[in-house]
Amino acid sequence: MSRTLLTRRRLLGFGAAGASSIVLGGCDQFDFLGDTDNSVRAFLARANDLTYRAQRLLIREGALAPEYSESEIRQGQRPNGSRDPNTPEYLALKAKDFADYRLAVTGLVEQPRSYSLSELRNMPSRTQITRHDCVEGWSCIAKWTGTPLSRILDEVKLKPTARFLAFHCFDRLDGNALYYESCDLIDARHPQTLLAYGLNGQALPVANGAPIRVRIERALGYKQAKYVHTIEAVDSFSRFGQGKGGYWEDRGYDWYAGI
Amino acid sequence: MPMTSNSITMSVPPETTMRPSSGSLIYRQSIWTRITHWTWVVCLFFLLFSGLQIFNAHPTLYVGQESGVAYDNAVFSTYAVAAPDGPQGRTRIFGWEFNTTGILGISGPVDRPQFRGFPSSVTIPSYQDLATGRVVHFFFAWLFVTALLVWLVASLITGHLRRDLLPTGKDLADLPKDIAAHARFRFHHDRSYNALQKLAYCGVLFVLFPLIILTGLTMSPAMNAAWPWLLDLFHGRQTARTLHFLGMVLLVLFFVGHILMVLAAGPINELRSIITGWYRTSPATAVEGHKP
Repeated sequence: MSRTLLTRRRLLGFGAAGASSIVLGGCDQFDFLGDTDNSVRAFLARANDLTYRAQRLLIREGALAPEYSESEIRQGQRPNGSRDPNTPEYLALKAKDFADYRLAVTGLVEQPRSYSLSELRNMPSRTQITRHDCVEGWSCIAKWTGTPLSRILDEVKLKPTARFLAFHCFDRLDGNALYYESCDLIDARHPQTLLAYGLNGQALPVANGAPIRVRIERALGYKQAKYVHTIEAVDSFSRFGQGKGGYWEDRGYDWYAGI
Repeated sequence: MPMTSNSITMSVPPETTMRPSSGSLIYRQSIWTRITHWTWVVCLFFLLFSGLQIFNAHPTLYVGQESGVAYDNAVFSTYAVAAPDGPQGRTRIFGWEFNTTGILGISGPVDRPQFRGFPSSVTIPSYQDLATGRVVHFFFAWLFVTALLVWLVASLITGHLRRDLLPTGKDLADLPKDIAAHARFRFHHDRSYNALQKLAYCGVLFVLFPLIILTGLTMSPAMNAAWPWLLDLFHGRQTARTLHFLGMVLLVLFFVGHILMVLAAGPINELRSIITGWYRTSPATAVEGHKP
């Protein structure tokens, strides 16, 4: 004995009505979450702090990002964001093929100093074939060559108060704000974290961040700051940009970017 | 703790006695099942619509480690093309291309078409905002996984998993009969789930939920360092992204089937049981429920 409460026709009617109300109803009632000052959004965004802590707990400090073989490089590194900065300082350096370029390492360090491109190239280097994961969702495998950032940090000697590194860049993405990024000291000292000057066996092209870009291989693409001119050791990044630790972070993206 | 049929009858609301043609009310869904069920409803709602927002940031799915630019490893793509009579939304699945103007590729008002993967009616926020989509997605992802762990522990302790969910040999033997009954919209209401229900719920809880969680984690470059086997398991980050999307499609299909079954089986009774725990059985059913 069963009770058939619905005929098939009524059932189809219900289904169609339900489906169309979902599609037509839309989700614009949640558009307030796009406001980065909204308190509900701020609450939801705390999940990103949880992700950061959970991943730092779970993932060994020195755990390496997967490295690939030469045969898995099937295309050039896809450029994104700034591809040809037009700030006067950058144009002047580019005109002389970055011969006058200096990378400044400043802030909370015992011995602030700067490096020319040839000095960086003459330091012990690391080459790695890794996958670049853009926050948008695409990935691209490429071979990066550069100076391990930990070597630079060993030379300048971080002060005990230093907690983050800030990377200051030459490019303005939306015409006025300068690109910048930051990372914690675990990512900074990670063996695969490079100041890259080579890509796929060539000098790093302008489109991909010449003369120096950062590689932090366990993080998404926007952490891989291009066109870097200064690395600053800081105890807080609140005084840069809008205080969130990076150009995209200031625009609502999470700072850690490990997922 | 099992109770006698007598104590069950005494504990049901008085209305029961006024409807002698129905079976008795039994306590069918534990508090753990009900709380986690509704937590998942909320989570999957936000995960779906924020996930479509994230998909729209790069509305192409690939197979492999990376996304082919110089070569083609795409299996699903939505885009817009210039057609003689204006822009057209197109969707390509493997080799087949479809005109999906108005839904995928191009949507919105005819005079102000938007070039986007999924339309604004199914993304959170409605406009293009990847950063906010990610904030929403990861919050509800944590809640979703937490609810799954709570449910798993509770179901192991209470015996719900073994008693109610795992299909028995008899369930599998009854499967053809059960499928025939479903096809005729004939439902027998008793305490236990029927074979199709068990298979569907186990498929969601032990296949689709783990699939969508693990493929989500595979997309994390940091998790790739911790658990590189994830990339081997799913044949690369971009395949994982595609499977994550496929898992979503299958969950949506489950949702549609689930709602149709609830409507067909008697929405009031089914909803009562997943809200209050109490479920009215078919008259012939021997009372076998138990109180919390």
